[in-house]
Amino acid sequence: MTLHLKLDNPDEENRLDHMAQGVIGTGANRPDGALKVSGQATYAAEWQRPDMAYGVLVRATVPAGKVEKIDASAVEAMPGIVKVITDPKLLRVPAQGMADAAPAQGNDEVLYFGQPIALVVGDSFEAARHGANHLSVSYLPQEARLDPDAVQTERPEGKQSSQGDLDGVMKTAPVTLDEVWTTPGHNSSAMEPHASMAEWDGDRLTLHGSYQMLKYNRNELADSLGIDPKNVRILSPYVGGGFGSKLGISPEAVAAALAARDLGRPVRVVMPRQQVFETITHRAQCRQRIRLAADETGKLLGIGHDNRVYNLPDEGFAEPVTQATPFTYAAENRAIGQEVATINRVIAGSVRAPGEAIGVPIFENAMDEMAEKLGMDPLEFRLKNIPETPPGQDIPFSSNMLAEALRDGAEKFGWDKRNPTPGAVQEGEWLIGMGMASAVRVNMLMESKARITLTAEGATVETDMTDIGTGTYAILTQIAGELLGLPMEKVTTKLGDTDLPPGSGSGGSFGAASSGTSVYLAAMELRRQIADKLDCDEADLTLKDGQAIAANKTHALADLVGETPFEAEGHIEPGDIASKAFQATFGSHFAEVAVNRHTGETRVRRMLGTFACGRVLNEKTARSQCLGGMTFGIGMALTEEMLFDTRDGHVVNNDFAEYHLPVNLDVPKLEVHFLQERDPYANPMQAKGIGELGICGAAAAVTNAIHNATGVRIRDYPATLDKILPYLP
Amino acid sequence: MKTSLRINGEERQLDADVRTTLLDALRQHLGLTGSKKGCDHGQCGACTVIVNGRRINSCLTLACMHDGDEITTIEGIGTPDNLAPLQKAFVEHDGFQCGFCTPGQICSATAMLEEAKAGWPSFVSDDLDDIDTLSDEEIAERMSGNLCRCSAYPNIVAAIRESVKETAS
Ligand code: FES
Ligand code: FES
Repeated sequence: MTLHLKLDNPDEENRLDHMAQGVIGTGANRPDGALKVSGQATYAAEWQRPDMAYGVLVRATVPAGKVEKIDASAVEAMPGIVKVITDPKLLRVPAQGMADAAPAQGNDEVLYFGQPIALVVGDSFEAARHGANHLSVSYLPQEARLDPDAVQTERPEGKQSSQGDLDGVMKTAPVTLDEVWTTPGHNSSAMEPHASMAEWDGDRLTLHGSYQMLKYNRNELADSLGIDPKNVRILSPYVGGGFGSKLGISPEAVAAALAARDLGRPVRVVMPRQQVFETITHRAQCRQRIRLAADETGKLLGIGHDNRVYNLPDEGFAEPVTQATPFTYAAENRAIGQEVATINRVIAGSVRAPGEAIGVPIFENAMDEMAEKLGMDPLEFRLKNIPETPPGQDIPFSSNMLAEALRDGAEKFGWDKRNPTPGAVQEGEWLIGMGMASAVRVNMLMESKARITLTAEGATVETDMTDIGTGTYAILTQIAGELLGLPMEKVTTKLGDTDLPPGSGSGGSFGAASSGTSVYLAAMELRRQIADKLDCDEADLTLKDGQAIAANKTHALADLVGETPFEAEGHIEPGDIASKAFQATFGSHFAEVAVNRHTGETRVRRMLGTFACGRVLNEKTARSQCLGGMTFGIGMALTEEMLFDTRDGHVVNNDFAEYHLPVNLDVPKLEVHFLQERDPYANPMQAKGIGELGICGAAAAVTNAIHNATGVRIRDYPATLDKILPYLP
Repeated sequence: MKTSLRINGEERQLDADVRTTLLDALRQHLGLTGSKKGCDHGQCGACTVIVNGRRINSCLTLACMHDGDEITTIEGIGTPDNLAPLQKAFVEHDGFQCGFCTPGQICSATAMLEEAKAGWPSFVSDDLDDIDTLSDEEIAERMSGNLCRCSAYPNIVAAIRESVKETAS
C-alpha cells in the first residue's frame, strides 16, 4: 500500500511531536559510522572485478576548436594498453542537477580546456595513466572567449525585476551606497574524486558511481548511451562528499560504460584530482553591484542587486545570485538583475547553496557598510529592515525567525562587547575585530518515494536516496524508528540503489525533508495497518520499544507482524503549498578575527551561528552540516579562489596544493545553535533544510570582522594578505 | 616486482608494476580499500598509513620501496565490531560526515599521538619542554595535513581529545 500526499495545505497535526519512542531529534550516532571509521564503507572506486580494466580520460588542451585527429596507434602499441576509446557519445560536460537527460556529447569539437576527448583503457591503472599522458591529438583551434569581463553579455528577461523607482530614490535618499564586489570561481572539492565502475550483463548496465541524485542520474546515463533506463542500475551507497559536484552524470561514468560495452569486460574510471577541477562544475566567478538607499533612521528605501556570471555556450544554468534578495529585507524601491556571459571555461553549475552562497555574503557586506554610513549598529540596522511579509508577494512567510536568530546569536556571541571603531582593539601584533551577517536560504520540497518493510525482526527502510555525508542514514532510521516505536538498532536503512523506490536525491538542502517525508508517509501507512490489526484508530495507537499499545493492552509488534511482513510505500509531492506561504530558512553568523598588523594575515578566532530550520531531525548531524557550511564560509572569505589562465582558460590551480581549502588549524571553535521552530508549511515533519544555510552569509561575518579589526573593506574575494596589508592602520 | 610487506601484522606478498604506489598496492592489489585516494599528490592526507611507526602519505611512495616494512592501515586499527577507542570517539563526536577522509584522519591521529608522546614539537608549540598535554590548537595543527571538505575539524579535535583523556586515565 502506498500513502501518497500532495502537499497542498499546511500540516495541522504535527504527529512526530506526539510519538513515544523519543529518538527523533536526538543526536544519535550515525548508523553508518562504524563502517566509515574502520574503512569498510565501500565507495565507488573500490569495486573490483577480476577482469576489470582501468580507464583514464584524456583532456583537450585548447580552449576552443575542432579535434582534427586523435592518433591512437602509438598508445595502443604500448604494453598494457587495451584500447583508446574515442566514441562520439563521450560527454563534453557533466549534466547539471536534475537535467534528467544527457548533457552535451561528442569529442569532435572542443569548448573548453580540460574537456574529455578520449579514454585510454589499460590492464593496469599505471599503464592506462601512462598511455593517457602520451595520446597524440591535433586540433584546429578556434578563437576562444576567455575573459568574462571582456565579452558581450546578455540580460535574460526572466532574470530582471523591479519595483518602484530605485534610480530616483538613489538620488533623493539622505544615505546611499553603490559599490561593486567580485568573488572568484569556487570548487566543490569533495574529498572523493569522481569514480565509476561499469559492468554489463547482456543489455543491462550496472554502474557503481558516486552520485547525489540517482533517479535523474540513471536517466542521464541511459540517454547518454542511447539505451532504456530500465536497463541501467546505479549504486551509490556511500558518496565521499558532493557539494553539488555529483548532481549530474559526469564524463567518467559514460566513458566507463562505453568502454565496458566495447571491450566486454568491467571498466573503472577514476578522475585524477586535476581533472575534477578542470571538468566538473564550479561556481562561476561573479561581479555584484549593490545599491542601497535609506532614510536617517536607517529604514531602507531602496535595494538594488545586480550581478554578472557566465557559462559555456548552450548551458542553461546561471548562478541564482540574488535568490534571497527579494525577501530578506524590506524596501519599496527595488531593482534586481543579472547578466550572463558565454565563455570557453569549464562548466559552471551548482556548488553548495548556489546563489545564496555568494549573493548573501556580498549583500551582507553592503549592509555592514551601510550601517556604518548610518552610524548604526549593524545588528540594529538589520533588525529594523526585516519585512513582515515577503515584499512584492501577497502571501505570508510560512515562518521567519531572522530577528530571533540575530538576537540569539548576538547575545550568545557577546556582540555588545564589540567596539564599533575599526582598528580600536589590539592584542600585541594582532588587530581584533567582530563581524556579523544574516543567513538566508530558500526552502524546497521535492517528490520522493520510500518503502518500509516491517518484519518480526524490525524495519527496513529502502529508497534510492543518497547520504553524501549529510546524515541520511541516521535521520531516515530515526524517522522510521520514532513512528514505528523501534529503537534505532531495529531499523536498517538501505540507500543509493536505483532498484529501490526513487527518492528526492541530495541537493538544494531538500533531501532530508523530502526523502524524510516519504519515509514518514510509509511509516504512517504501517501504523494504519497495525491499528487495523488491533481494531483501533491509528491516532489511538502507541508504538514504543517494539510494543504496540492500544486500548490499554500491550502487544509485541513481532507477534502482530508474524510471518507475513507488513509493507508500505510513502510518496510525497510538492503540491501548491508554495502559493500559500513563502518558505525559507534563516539564521545569523558572528565571527571574531585577528589580523596580523605586520603580515596582513587573518585568523578566525571564533565563530557562532544560530539557525532556524524547522524541526531538527538529528541534533548531531544537523550541527555537523552547519560546521561544514561555516567552514566553507571561512574558505570563501580567506583562501578559496579558482584561477584561470587568461591565454587559454585552463584552471591554473587545479589541485589542493594551490586551491586552498581551510585546514584543521584554520577552523577555530565553532558554536552552532538551533532555534526551536516548527514549519507546518514545509511538510508533515515540519522540518526544513539545513545543509546549506550554514554557508549563506558566513563569509561576510568574517570579512565584516576584518573591517572592524582594520578598517579595510574587502571588495575582491578572498581576503588574502595583499588585499589587507597595504591598507593597515 | 616482488615485494613483501608486513601489513597489519600479516605477511603479504605483492607482485606489481614498479610504478605502483603503496596506496594503489593496498587498494588495488591487496584488497585493503580503507585507505583513500583524494589527490594522489600528497596534498590531502586521505591515504595516510603508518609505516614503521610513522604516518606517511601512501600515494607519495612506491610499493616496491617498502620491502620488509611494517605497515598499519585503517583495517589494522579496528573493525566495525571491535573499534579502537579513537574510532569510537570519532563516531561519538561525529568526527566525519561523508567518511572519505576518515581512515586517513584516524591513521594520522594514531601516529600523531605517538609523536606527541615522544616529545616532537609542532609549529604551535610555545614551550618545547612541555608538549605532552596537547591543547586543542596543538591537535589542530598536527592534524592539518589531513583535509576534510565536510569540515568535521572541530569534531575531529574533540574526538582525539577524548581518546587522549581516556588513555591518560
Ligand atoms: S591521496 Fe595521498 S595525500 Fe591525497
Ligand atoms: S568526512 Fe567528508 S571529507 Fe572529511
